[in-house]
Amino acid sequence: MDKKLEKIVQALQEKFGVTHEEFRGEVHVFVKAENIVDALTLLRDKYEFELLSALTATDYYEQHVEPRFHVIYQLSSLAQNITVQLRVAVNGDQPKVPSAAGVYDTANWREREVFDMFGIQFEGHPDPRRILTPEGMEAHPLRKDFPLGYEEPQFTFNYDDIDLKKIYAKE
Amino acid sequence: MAQLEEVSYEPFKHLVSERALTGETMLLNMGPQHPSTHGVLRLLLELDGETIVNAIPDIGYLHTGVEKNMESKTYLKAEVMTDRLDYMNTTGNNLAYCMAVEKLIDLDVPERAQVIRVIVTELQRIASHLVFMGAFGLDLAAMSMFLYCFREREYIMDILELCSGQRMMTTYFRPGGVWRDVPEEFDSAVRNFIKIFPKRVDEYEALLTKNPILLDRLVGIGILDAKTALSHGVTGPTLRASGVNWDLRKARPYIGYEQYDFNVPVRTEGDTFARYIVHIEEFRESLKIVEQGLEKLKKLPGKPVNSDNRKFVPPPRAEVGVSMEALIHHFKFWTEGFPAPKASIYSAVESPRGELGVYLEGNGGPKPHRVHMRTPSFDNLSAINKMVQGHLVADLVAILASIDIVLGDIDR
Repeated sequence: MDKKLEKIVQALQEKFGVTHEEFRGEVHVFVKAENIVDALTLLRDKYEFELLSALTATDYYEQHVEPRFHVIYQLSSLAQNITVQLRVAVNGDQPKVPSAAGVYDTANWREREVFDMFGIQFEGHPDPRRILTPEGMEAHPLRKDFPLGYEEPQFTFNYDDIDLKKIYAKE
Repeated sequence: MAQLEEVSYEPFKHLVSERALTGETMLLNMGPQHPSTHGVLRLLLELDGETIVNAIPDIGYLHTGVEKNMESKTYLKAEVMTDRLDYMNTTGNNLAYCMAVEKLIDLDVPERAQVIRVIVTELQRIASHLVFMGAFGLDLAAMSMFLYCFREREYIMDILELCSGQRMMTTYFRPGGVWRDVPEEFDSAVRNFIKIFPKRVDEYEALLTKNPILLDRLVGIGILDAKTALSHGVTGPTLRASGVNWDLRKARPYIGYEQYDFNVPVRTEGDTFARYIVHIEEFRESLKIVEQGLEKLKKLPGKPVNSDNRKFVPPPRAEVGVSMEALIHHFKFWTEGFPAPKASIYSAVESPRGELGVYLEGNGGPKPHRVHMRTPSFDNLSAINKMVQGHLVADLVAILASIDIVLGDIDR
């Protein structure tokens, strides 16, 4: 592990009791959900991680493990040229994570995307709407228990047409 | 037949100012069918007269579920979908994905393949910037720019067709190398382009850079300061125009970028004009890289362009007929695919729009468990509200053109 990074992981360990893993030179730090906002603030303010490169999630439904979801925060520091990944494990039953939109502006849209795709609630999010799928959709497509396909895309606004083709939608 | 419902602004209530609720400011819908939103982007504008108070982007009209689809395909077949994300930078997307796969399965790529990757990626960067420049001119009523830029882009499309057989959806790079070596005509075709193009860039500059009408519309418009840009995750030329010298090709060199001599254009103004100039200068820098790449390629004639690790790269066709192992590998590769470890990696490249990152997670089988494309346009667009506040609607068009968004990249 990079020396600069080692110090940072150590600081996180002392403060939040995190664990970490390493794979192909990347460091993944596991943070508890209640600490994530503090951890991100600390990394941004003290260790110059100015850029939240990515915020996404992954679903372990098929492996029947709890916690079912991991929310992933990929951070970059431009000043020191290092990256670190924070991971928050979230239970499958009513998944909830505190929102990081107050720390990084980009988390606003990225959290909306994760909510849209995985149904993970971000508590305290300023704008908790769906972002990619249409309003009123109930499923969360990137969950592993969401089937791929089987539904004909709707290319018309002629409601009689839609009703005719999708009888099941009315039932 | 049922009537279409009236568009409701109810969901956006908390995003507009209080004046909108009393009817003092006007809400105007722009897009999704609008020529200057570069695709199917809908913007809800809150206007005070002609001045923008708030601009609320509404995206997702082009959402195709690429990430979900990739989970059901083998690593190789999933690559085809990456072309369709940012359709102006197809080989760049391939590169990001291939590098992620190579990192996950720990696969080396021979040098000749790396050099080919650099040349083709930089040509694609120029092509992408040409579309930017053309659309930028078009949005600012400089119609001829569009025609000129697409004329030059055609050279690059021809080169891509030479290499891969396709103009746009190339899927030319594969995990472990490239699909096949470049043809003989490649060198002369690229050299021809290098000869022509610098003069053409000068022509664009003569048309636009000092044009007083254009300057009036660009200078001081849509200023984005560095801190806001970073907080919004803005990367690429948009970030560099705001005075942050951050280019992944320099910061974390990949595919051998450390061996090339090039500069990273940076401007400090952060306005629309700065973003335009950064793009113009990147034309010249990319051309420099292409030229050096050709020299490197000359020194590596006949060298392999694919890894010889038969577990991850198919054997050459000639071997399949004579070698039993090759036949087995060929069969296993094309039916089952190759397995990747149960782990996750994140790898990022500098696309023409910014940091194109791929989060790739394997589950021990031949299909990815999760692929996430961190697309630069998504974050770049999220900063639009900060850029357009207080400007006119006509300026919004210029600002939107200057951040160079591709809707396929945003909605995935």
